[in-house]
Amino acid sequence: MTEQTTFLLRHRAVPNIDQLQVYRENGGFEAFRKVVTSMQPADVLAEVKSSGLRGRGGAGFPTGIKWGFLPNNIWPHYVVANADESEPGTFKDREIMESNPFQFLEGLMIASYAVGANLSYAYLRGEFWQIAHGLDEDIAALEAAGLLGDRLFGTDYSLRLRTHLGAGAYICGEETALLESLEGKLGQPRLRPPFPAVYGLFGKPTVINNVETLANLPPIIEKGAGWYKSLGTEKSPGIKIFSLSGCINKPGNYELPLGTTFRELIFEHGGGVPEGRTVKAFMSAGASSTIVTADDAALDTPMDYESTQNVLNAPLGSASVIILDDSVDMAWLVDKTVHFFRHESCGKCTPCREGTYWMSHLTHRILHGKARPEDIELLDTVAAQMQGKCLCALGEFSTMAVRSGIEKFRADFEANVRRAPHG
Amino acid sequence: MNALLSKYPEQVEKILAKYPADQKRAAVMPLLYLAQTDENYVKQQSVYEIAEILDISPTDVVSIIGFYTLFHAEPGGKYRIQVCTDLPCALRGADQFLEELCASVGVGVGETTPDGLVTIERVMCLAACHRAPMFQLQGDGDIAYHENMTVEKTLALIEALRRHVKTGEAAHD
Amino acid sequence: MAKMINLTIDGHSVSVPEGTLIVNAAKKIGIDIPVFCYHPKMEPVGMCRMCLVDIGRPVVDRTTNQPVLNPDGTPKLNYGPKLETACTTPVAEGMVVDGLSEKVRAARKDIIEFLLTSHPLDCPICDKGGECPLQNLTMGYGPGSSRFLLDEKMRLAKHLPLGDLIFLDRERCIQCGRCVRFQHEIVDDPVIAFYQRGRALEIMTNSEPGFDSYFSGNTTDICPVGALTTADFRFEARPWEMKSSASICAQCPVGCNTTLNIRREARANGSMVIKRVMPRQNELVNEIWMCDKGRFAYHYMGSEARLTSPLVRKNGELVEATWDEAVAAAADGLRAAGANMVGLAGGRLSNEDLFALQQLTEGQGGKALLYSYMAGGEMTAALGMAPGSNFSDMGAGTVIVVAASDLQEEAPVYYLRVKQAAERGAALIVINPRETKLDRSAAHVIRSRYGEEAGMVAALKPGGRVPDALKDAAEALAGAENLVVMYGSEGLGLEGSAALANACAALVKASGHAGRPNSGLIGVWAHANDQGAFDLGFRPDVDLPTSLAQAAGVYIAAADPAGDTPALADALDRAGFVVVQELFLTETARRADVVFPAAAYVEREGSFTNAERRVQRYYPALPVRPGTLPDYLITAQVAAALGRALDVRSAAHAFAQMAARTPAFSGLTYTDLAKVEEQWPIVGRQDMYYGGTGYDNHQGLGVHLPLTGSFVEGQDAPSAPARPVPPRGALMVYPITRLYDRGITVTPSTLLKDRLSGPVLRLHPQTAAAFNLAQGVETHLTLNGVTAPVGVQLDETLPQDVALLPRSVGLPIWEPVAITVSQPSAVNDAGN
Ligand SMILES: Cc1cc2nc3c(=O)[nH]c(=O)nc-3n(C[C@H](O)[C@H](O)[C@H](O)COP(=O)(O)O)c2cc1C
Ligand code: SF4
Ligand code: FES
Repeated sequence: MTEQTTFLLRHRAVPNIDQLQVYRENGGFEAFRKVVTSMQPADVLAEVKSSGLRGRGGAGFPTGIKWGFLPNNIWPHYVVANADESEPGTFKDREIMESNPFQFLEGLMIASYAVGANLSYAYLRGEFWQIAHGLDEDIAALEAAGLLGDRLFGTDYSLRLRTHLGAGAYICGEETALLESLEGKLGQPRLRPPFPAVYGLFGKPTVINNVETLANLPPIIEKGAGWYKSLGTEKSPGIKIFSLSGCINKPGNYELPLGTTFRELIFEHGGGVPEGRTVKAFMSAGASSTIVTADDAALDTPMDYESTQNVLNAPLGSASVIILDDSVDMAWLVDKTVHFFRHESCGKCTPCREGTYWMSHLTHRILHGKARPEDIELLDTVAAQMQGKCLCALGEFSTMAVRSGIEKFRADFEANVRRAPHG
Repeated sequence: MNALLSKYPEQVEKILAKYPADQKRAAVMPLLYLAQTDENYVKQQSVYEIAEILDISPTDVVSIIGFYTLFHAEPGGKYRIQVCTDLPCALRGADQFLEELCASVGVGVGETTPDGLVTIERVMCLAACHRAPMFQLQGDGDIAYHENMTVEKTLALIEALRRHVKTGEAAHD
Repeated sequence: MAKMINLTIDGHSVSVPEGTLIVNAAKKIGIDIPVFCYHPKMEPVGMCRMCLVDIGRPVVDRTTNQPVLNPDGTPKLNYGPKLETACTTPVAEGMVVDGLSEKVRAARKDIIEFLLTSHPLDCPICDKGGECPLQNLTMGYGPGSSRFLLDEKMRLAKHLPLGDLIFLDRERCIQCGRCVRFQHEIVDDPVIAFYQRGRALEIMTNSEPGFDSYFSGNTTDICPVGALTTADFRFEARPWEMKSSASICAQCPVGCNTTLNIRREARANGSMVIKRVMPRQNELVNEIWMCDKGRFAYHYMGSEARLTSPLVRKNGELVEATWDEAVAAAADGLRAAGANMVGLAGGRLSNEDLFALQQLTEGQGGKALLYSYMAGGEMTAALGMAPGSNFSDMGAGTVIVVAASDLQEEAPVYYLRVKQAAERGAALIVINPRETKLDRSAAHVIRSRYGEEAGMVAALKPGGRVPDALKDAAEALAGAENLVVMYGSEGLGLEGSAALANACAALVKASGHAGRPNSGLIGVWAHANDQGAFDLGFRPDVDLPTSLAQAAGVYIAAADPAGDTPALADALDRAGFVVVQELFLTETARRADVVFPAAAYVEREGSFTNAERRVQRYYPALPVRPGTLPDYLITAQVAAALGRALDVRSAAHAFAQMAARTPAFSGLTYTDLAKVEEQWPIVGRQDMYYGGTGYDNHQGLGVHLPLTGSFVEGQDAPSAPARPVPPRGALMVYPITRLYDRGITVTPSTLLKDRLSGPVLRLHPQTAAAFNLAQGVETHLTLNGVTAPVGVQLDETLPQDVALLPRSVGLPIWEPVAITVSQPSAVNDAGN
């Protein structure tokens, strides 16, 4: 038997693993059976803690520690899978749910058991309409197979899963906005504290985990925390799916150990840049990322939470790597990202609502040859004056490409301004 | 009389069953999708019906429609072709694709064909960045992805939709 | 007592209860942290980011749990990387809040600049100009000029009616959400909401009629910009051009404290007119709110149709006369009538007016009657809310019983107060024959049948045998630390009301809570001063037609019995000599021998006693309309002519006299009524952004009357009258109260015309079918001698076999009546 190299994108190795029978034939739901029949919730939590698994939704917060925040005197508890996947450049959760759905569901079930939830939700972005319907069928199949429902495996533990569709709002990926949306309200972030761990869905203690985070749980339970820690780096253990897009020959998802370099991802797996162009820059975490100049040092940086942040001053986030070749005008790019955030700002807090609006006016002017020379500075100032004042991270995200773009590629902006009659 | 309830009694019941009984309001989004099934937008009458089912104000229902881009308060095309032109797709020619598509169909972005069949729209990232140009097709109470698209393939799809509306023939698999 | 927390704000030490938000702690010591979205009456949301401050927290050594000290001995502070919102952050021990640093100033400037990117800055034409927080804060913190290009500003609708009462200027809205939160959280009329998102966010309504809420006007007070304005006041005047006068709303028994803004106007031939009615803070009564009836229905006082000259009947005709003539004629008539005299008062008279009328009537040896379909004011005087009571203090431990009242319709602000007490944990028991909005706040809803409310209340009494359906409520009641019982007039006539009052009083007494603060009995009266009339000895009369018809002399003030029903008109026709004091030439006045034109209450001083028996003073806002006199002065002149001098030269004199002769008022002075104390939250000062543009109270919080006398169960209503049984084929119609009725103090306000209740029978569809009635089909109804067309409205939430008809909308109904329904006369197109 060859060494297993895919743990999350297993459908690439095992055909038809999206069928319950095939998934079970390949060891599926043994991890869930194991936790329910032979482990205490606290043991599961300890195992996950010791695996060092960190949230794959963006913030990289240790999953086990997050579970531990739920108070034991307020019930019920809920687990909500964050399947809103809307960050430009991110398309990994989708592949898991489309092609390896039972592993995701099993992860959600393990998490539910670990925190004592008897009803858990998967919140999918509305565009994942067909995926949600597939999951609904999968859930029905699990109920029919006795893997979901009352008194599972003859124990006292009961669990039900439900899907819930969003309807086109990036902000609903932010966990508190997601909860509001799931409660049937506008998807606007809540004030924190209280954190969802204490006051979450329907006001009850809630764990929110990304789809990929959850998909990691079955192999961790199955193979043990020690095995998991042997992959990746010390502080960023394990494996990660990198969504590679933009100016690249082979865009797609790549499941690699954390700590793999950008160079390896781009050139070995992604096949390099088309048409013999060179990589000018990249973004490590979708549109929310700073723009990184693709010099040798950057390309050789390991893709783990610490290195990306410390060396490149860019977040690893959900690891959606967008490649920008030497033909890309950074002013154009910043106009794209700002337009996105302006469109997705929920409008609740002033700096984000007004700042993204104002910035998009400025990038639009710059891009359409209508800018005054001082507009570049103004754009940078507006971004700067948003920073540190927004209610949630969306507003902060929107400033990243703007500030780094102007800092590192001012010439691109100036070239646009020069096209203006008064530039 | 509550038309939504009488037309889709099982669906409504199934939707309500997804949430704790004292949290009915959570069902507002699935009910709005249900109300959009036939004409791809939410009629004022449906607003009242949903408000009644959930015991919330019609104003709060309309507020939800306004916030989320997949709900439509105004009639548009029976189908909506929503092309992603966000950064990663744009790096793979999505803007050009949209422009050519609109030119071929003869409508502007955000406009509907004269026969009311399709509205072509520009949308934000759909998590299909590696398969641009792409769009989603919203209509018939469904949302389907069409990836690695060309203008020709899209025009053929529109023709198939047109036939489907006329004859009931399946438009796509 | 909450634990006290010590902290430093801008260098000042302050000690506040645990849980206090920084913004409020600062406000308490006079430090303004600017806010837009935060409002002290609502949960913080931290949206506008205006209140950013720098916060240092003492560093604590984890091992010793002791604060780490700097070399100079001061505690070492840890400042976060970001500024924090003062409106959402509670105080903590040793915290240091800095709102003066350069970093904070810059942040405030940044936020203001952001807000102004979309704001039109049309202050010169904005109604809020002069009392606008955005304007003030822009002056205080804002940038000198805009770096946002003017031609890129959004152009949005500026005169968007959200309904016929409230307009929205979309350009001015800063999306703070105060209005939306007020309607959702405080009122529970979620009829406005945000639409769209991001910069496109706008306020909208989908209700029918638009912005359908009795409290909509309050949103214009708390809107921190000129985005929301009332249809009544917009473009009417600038705040600095108007004078202010403290008043009390006379529309219902809550007695909301108000401020009248007045101005001299060319349009009114240079006379003073009221431009708007604003709430004035009294945390004991209305907090900082008021209802739309109080805010918009003031126009009657400025009506051209007011009486301005005495009238005396000569040769069968009422003709204008001098005051001397009229007074002499009245005195002559009354003297001749002797002791066979009735003084009939309406509940919108002030205490001073009532006192004068009571003195005159007593002097003649006559009967002092109150024109009211509700009874029990002597019981509320005996067992009413004890002094020291305050709805704001009620929460867990308090049980509030509301019986036979659609509280929001009868006394809107009481609805708010009871709802909020319930939210703080008070257990609300609602006893009503049909669903009302109050049910949503209730812990226990008891559905009585019409006419059986008294029985239900009696069944809750401790010690009795409690029917199963009432067990939970009785249990809650038994465990109560405080008990408030409120009764209203839903479906009841005077006899039913007396029985209910009696049962409620007995419940209060038996519970053992009588006389304690936050306990007692409240009658939800029809008028502002019905309670005052009871306290001054006026009583309703079950057989008013006979009493009037048989009286040789009748003196009526502020009541229109003849306009209300033919039976009373007939009685007045048969009565002997009739004197009437009124604002308008009412049906009653038309039947009088002498008519005196009365001044409106806002044209003179006076006091009202609200349903909680708080005596509150109001002040003159307008000069007395030429040709009129205050009621008490008119009565005093007649009394003097009858040889009974009342020393009531002024309202203050009248009050002093009353205090001297009326036990409940003993020792009370106008000065006592004018006392104020510090109230929280602070509103109406320089910092209007904080609590809104409602007015601060400098003119008196009023005084709670002590409980008087004693209550003997059954004394005033020995037994509940039997539930009336309609004759075969007849339908029982029960009177209900609607806020917007068609009384003379409402209809002159044209703004409200589309919201007035009409003569519409409401019934269950099955009942309607049984009587051949259908929605939208007009039918003619004969009720107490009046035949009029009525509409039909079907309502599945109503009980069967009854019909409801609002009082005071055109058909005379003051108690349950049986009617026979004629066949439909006209059929509209079917289907609605
Ligand atoms: C604006 C915004 C958008 C986000 N979108 C997503 C998303 O689409 N999917 C996701 O899993 N997390 C998203 N997050 C992160 C979530 O708030 C949250 O941290 C995450 O779901 C936690 O799961 P994890 O611990 O498993 O990573 C977003 C955060 C922000 C601020
Ligand atoms: S209308 Fe006024 S109160 Fe309402 S959100 Fe706008 S600014 Fe705030
Ligand atoms: S965020 Fe504090 S007042 Fe608005």
